[in-house]
Amino acid sequence: MIYRSTLIALCFGLAGYAHSSEDVEHLHQDIEQVKTQYLEMQQRLDAALTAIEEQGKGEQGKRDGHGTSGKTYVGGYGELHYNNLDNKTAGGSDKEQIDFHRFVLFFGHDFTDKIRFNSEFELEHALSKDTADGSNGGEVELEQAYIEIDLSESSSAKAGVFLVPVGILNETHEPPTFYGVERNNVEKNIVPATWWEAGAVYTMHFDSGLNIDTAIHSGLLTSSSSNYAVRKGRQKSANATANDLAYTIRLKWTAVPGLELAATLQHQADITQGTDATAGSANLIEAHAVWQKGPFNLRALYATWDLDGTGPASVGADEQTGWYVEPAYRINEQWGVFGRYNEWDNRAGDSTDSEYSQIDVGVNYWLHEGVVFKFDYQDQDVPVGKNEFDGFNLGVGYQF
Amino acid sequence: MQKQFIVLILLAVSSASQAGGMYQHPDAFLTAAFDGKAPKPKFIWFTGDIGKSATTILNHKPASLRTRYWLKEKRSVWVLEEVGKEKPITIGIIINDNRIEKIKVLIFRESRGWEIKRNDFTKQFTNAELSNDGKLTQNIDGISGATLSVKAVTRLSRLSLYLHSQVTKNNGR
Repeated sequence: MIYRSTLIALCFGLAGYAHSSEDVEHLHQDIEQVKTQYLEMQQRLDAALTAIEEQGKGEQGKRDGHGTSGKTYVGGYGELHYNNLDNKTAGGSDKEQIDFHRFVLFFGHDFTDKIRFNSEFELEHALSKDTADGSNGGEVELEQAYIEIDLSESSSAKAGVFLVPVGILNETHEPPTFYGVERNNVEKNIVPATWWEAGAVYTMHFDSGLNIDTAIHSGLLTSSSSNYAVRKGRQKSANATANDLAYTIRLKWTAVPGLELAATLQHQADITQGTDATAGSANLIEAHAVWQKGPFNLRALYATWDLDGTGPASVGADEQTGWYVEPAYRINEQWGVFGRYNEWDNRAGDSTDSEYSQIDVGVNYWLHEGVVFKFDYQDQDVPVGKNEFDGFNLGVGYQF
Repeated sequence: MQKQFIVLILLAVSSASQAGGMYQHPDAFLTAAFDGKAPKPKFIWFTGDIGKSATTILNHKPASLRTRYWLKEKRSVWVLEEVGKEKPITIGIIINDNRIEKIKVLIFRESRGWEIKRNDFTKQFTNAELSNDGKLTQNIDGISGATLSVKAVTRLSRLSLYLHSQVTKNNGR
């Protein structure tokens, strides 16, 4: 009896074993099938993600583009200023005003990897009204609009409206990139920034750190009515008289990280474009250094104009000169402090007192690398009878 | 004078076929990094804590869901992109044992700031590590007029060091 029971149990056991073996086999097959499906899914997922990423990058591997081709770029910057300045000259008006000084949009487009368009469109002082005499306070300006062509790995050319390669601020003037609420008066009145012209530029850069820009472009048109001040001579590429073109060359050396040494020479055959027989050619010499070592930063610039002719000489405008030096210290990523001493004179050619000087001290607070808040205090020393503005300025600026 | 304009423009147009802002193809950089024996690429995903840390380092969300890397023992290679002023800069970075072995600007598309491609600039990153507060252990001197491009390279160097620490910690996920 015991033997028969044992035999029956063994049969059932063997049968059960045989059943489990089939299950295991099926299980193996199922696992293999799941593995295959998993690998297929992973391949499909990889392919889909790659396709999405490639679509996002555009044909040239460029992300963040706009437009149907993904090759059109938008950027911009802007700055709001508050000036609280006392006029120290007897009878002069104080300057207490708030002004959205600049609202700028950049538009760029890459036609190919080698051919691109860049532009800078600016609204100054927040408002531009169409008035008969043009007295509206604001301006709409096309400061850049050029085609750039890469000629080789180390050379390129531009044709169109471009910023003249001179000075420190003229080409790079987004608010987070410099100290002080207002741009310094030396580059404003002598360089004269922001200065753009229409023409062509050929650029070469070498592994030695040397960069050479050679430009042929429209020139200034100064006049006796403004005492031949170069800043008043900017034609802004607006129906500009082009009887006499200007020639500019800049040498820039950046071989040592943190150091930039640069010099610009410009010649114009007639700075009045033939409208003033008493005026003639003009030459600009500008040189500057930028040195950044750790938290320390030093900027220094010198610029001078030499205007030929008895007209400019008669008002001392045959020499127009300025310089500044600006040490700064970056306390951390958010805070930086600076001081600046400026001197400029648009009628330095005679012994008449016409020289301006200004001391600035201030602080920048970068909320983000593209957003800056600024405060500075200015103290001017001016020629007799001119407005002398002392006081403080506040500003907020951004770029993207 | 008008002739000079025309000559300059003709010169530009006729020479355009020689152009290019690509200093080295990413594939060539990879091949050179591993002496021609590059391992198969892997992906690290910008999800969870890795995504949050990457966002903190970049100051914005990563442009993609994941990024590719090549890892062999303690060395990894990263080809990353970051916008400088307006356009992305493509950079190749080799990390060796949590230090930067080499940085090379592979493709530069901005109109200013080409100086970041120079060896004198990129060699400042050599041997840099990531400090506890997520910064580089070495000071990087900038380039006047190329502040945003310099910052873009710095951000990518920090990101690659962070990602390397993650993939080596997890044995290459």
